[in-house]
Amino acid sequence: MRYTSYVQDQHLTIALAGEIDHHAAREVMRAVADKIDAYLPSLCCLDFREVTFMDSSGIAVVLNAIRRMRELGGNLEIKNVPAQPMRVLKTAGIEKLMELGSEAK
Amino acid sequence: MKSDNYIRLELPSRSSNEAVARGVVAAFAAQLDPTLEELGDIKTAVSEAVTNCIVHAYPDRIGIIVLQCQIVQDTLEIVVRDRGRGIENLEQARRPLFTTGGAERSGMGFTIMESFMTELRVQSQPGKGTTVRMKKRIFSRRVYQ
Repeated sequence: MRYTSYVQDQHLTIALAGEIDHHAAREVMRAVADKIDAYLPSLCCLDFREVTFMDSSGIAVVLNAIRRMRELGGNLEIKNVPAQPMRVLKTAGIEKLMELGSEAK
Repeated sequence: MKSDNYIRLELPSRSSNEAVARGVVAAFAAQLDPTLEELGDIKTAVSEAVTNCIVHAYPDRIGIIVLQCQIVQDTLEIVVRDRGRGIENLEQARRPLFTTGGAERSGMGFTIMESFMTELRVQSQPGKGTTVRMKKRIFSRRVYQ
């Protein structure tokens, strides 16, 4: 699991790459929480373009990020989600909480 | 029914083995010529079953997880077995979003196994362990005449 982040105009983007399973989740969760707390953005965007596999551990990552952003009065956005992670997120009903951007063609 | 091919694998319940388990099952399933979506479903379900063993069956020790797969005609059958703590209340464990794993877990493991696989059967005895049996029928290879 690797990630890159950048901030522009109070918008924090965290691009995740690799596999998100239980083994990787704790580190990803901490990384996302640390970045949000460091920049206190109004919008946090998780870019899933390079996520090659995700199981239900990724749902907890997203739910924790939503919770933290709401506490700050901001929003979370997810974009460029490939088919396999999208199926997992939809099974959890995440699209009822927020808009899910599928992979750009 | 006669099995066409099978594997049997024993893994210690270390979280680094989640990737090993789903990788091995995906490689084995490849002979059924699944679509990318079917393969993704299988990998996700295996990841959930093995994670359950690591998080819930053996919460404070490293135990053994036995993973068996066989192919019967166009169906992949997977068995994930542990000799850990067992599940007190299966109905509760199956419920979406129910978890005893805290904020790190989503409580979606069984829901994903159920919706991604053709069939799911869970047997558990508190103190003795849990066996998860899953089947996935692979449609892509069928020849229509």
